[in-house]
Amino acid sequence: MTVEATTPSGERMTLNMGPQHPATHGVLRIVVESDGEIVASCTPDHGYLHRSIEKIGECVEWPMVVPYTDRVDYVCAMNANLAYCVAVEKLLNTDPAAAVQVPLRAECIRVLVAELNRISSHMVAVGAMAMDTGAVTPFLHGIAQRELVNDIFEKLCGQRLTYNYVTVGGVAFDLYPDAAAEIARFLDQFEIEMRRFNKLITANAIFRDRCAGVAAVSAAEAIAWGLVGPNLRASGVDYDVRRDDPYGIYERLQVRVPVGQGFAGRRGKVGDCYDRFVVRLLEVQESVRLCRAALAMLPPPADGKPADPVGGFQADVKKLLLRPPKGEVHCRTESARGEMGYYLVSDGTKVPYRVRVRTGSFSAAGIFHHVMRGIFLADVVAVIGSFDVVVPEIDR
Amino acid sequence: MTQAAPQFATLPFATLADRARTVCAAATSRTTDNGQPFLLVPAADLPALAQFLRDDAALRFDALMDLTGFDLLKYPKAETPNAIAVLYLLFSYRHRHRLQLRVLAPRELCTVPTVSAIWPAALYFEREVFDLLGVTFTGHPSLQRIMNPTDWEGHPLRKDYVYPDAYHGVAHLREGQHFETNPPRAGDPPPPAAAPKPPGGHA
Repeated sequence: MTVEATTPSGERMTLNMGPQHPATHGVLRIVVESDGEIVASCTPDHGYLHRSIEKIGECVEWPMVVPYTDRVDYVCAMNANLAYCVAVEKLLNTDPAAAVQVPLRAECIRVLVAELNRISSHMVAVGAMAMDTGAVTPFLHGIAQRELVNDIFEKLCGQRLTYNYVTVGGVAFDLYPDAAAEIARFLDQFEIEMRRFNKLITANAIFRDRCAGVAAVSAAEAIAWGLVGPNLRASGVDYDVRRDDPYGIYERLQVRVPVGQGFAGRRGKVGDCYDRFVVRLLEVQESVRLCRAALAMLPPPADGKPADPVGGFQADVKKLLLRPPKGEVHCRTESARGEMGYYLVSDGTKVPYRVRVRTGSFSAAGIFHHVMRGIFLADVVAVIGSFDVVVPEIDR
Repeated sequence: MTQAAPQFATLPFATLADRARTVCAAATSRTTDNGQPFLLVPAADLPALAQFLRDDAALRFDALMDLTGFDLLKYPKAETPNAIAVLYLLFSYRHRHRLQLRVLAPRELCTVPTVSAIWPAALYFEREVFDLLGVTFTGHPSLQRIMNPTDWEGHPLRKDYVYPDAYHGVAHLREGQHFETNPPRAGDPPPPAAAPKPPGGHA
């Protein structure tokens, strides 16, 4: 199954995929020019989901931006909340007078919700990729796990998709009484379910050979094209913001980082579709470990004192956010789709001067026209699925 | 899985800036209002400097983390209020250091040379900055709007952006409504008069 084995005829045909297409994970339009079964060129067309979130950020007050960050990435909204809140805290901390100390209990809860959300997001990503290549059952298993995470989040903050849970200075609500036990039960059953999932699809020779060697991205290409997160690590670059530029309490948790190494075997290449698939599954295992570590570290609640530096869940930042320090800050965090970098500009007032968010899907979409040249038409959906593109993150 | 990152030849900002100035003598070290350092670069020198920063063995800025910008028009006490700041956030996966380059592009003749030949990630970032801030990147192979439709007017993240009333005949507001930040038009109703103060303080 190599491209060289077929003979291009030189006759071109233009095909339109989307904007409403079940395999594009959102409203993404791709214009493909094909030569027989081979993609000659591919032009993504963006903007169908543009909601001007960066412009809205310049019109509302600092804490009011948080619900909009949910909509930047609704598959992994906890991490999207967290990215913005960590950035605002970093901005406040540039002025010692405005320094904010997030309570330890809030930091542990943040790790819990961020990693649980990463698990649910990655399960959707790998399930959807399997579905795009023709296997429907794994998707249902992935969605079932996501439902369990959503149940926990619904009890925690009342929402199943756009949580608005992480706030500047902590989290919006403390854990509900038996949350820790419930999360531990979820993690136990999830590990059993993962073994079943891996037997079902990861070790499946048909699926593995289908993805092996397809659209391989070398490490140098991945870096130059700005890939981040699992897509970057699948290409063999050993980098994770949680370990190498840590925020919150990730430094104490010693994050272990899986990298792609041509998991598909003889036909596989480092950075192919199968590597991107497997790296996500390995990351999910690491998230389970991080959740357990955060549960072990969780201090008991300080009842009636939300701002307590150990057992509280929300530092008092209301006055600080009315008059944050004037200046700029760049802060990156590791979302499920990779580095989510906020560039905030403050003019010293209660409304941000500029809110810029750089997302993983944007750069993943930027490499599409490069990696899709010369692959088979049927692989286009597999490639979109393997990069785990969430369209609202591209268009914002 | 690896346990911990190995040690890297990470350089501090002052060393990075000195090394950059060997190629671009006009680059000056500045800091933002809260002390974040960056390198201010004249637009004309940008491609040569970017090439050097990527290829020099001690620097090796192999990644463009982000390319963005903001309008300085309403920033308090800005030195050059009549400019758009274009920001290049560079990162080196090899040495793990980072550097911010900044180019000030005048608002009227807003052109900056492209760096997309050096970091292909810039192909998309530059389209976005062009769309939202109206900076023209000369030499970019396909500089089109990426988020707004191609026939959209204006650049929304500019601080003097005027919201359009309608797009292809579809009105954005109900009759009689008006965008607060837009300048008043001829047929607009007068702004509502401030409510008179109740005598004697609180009712």
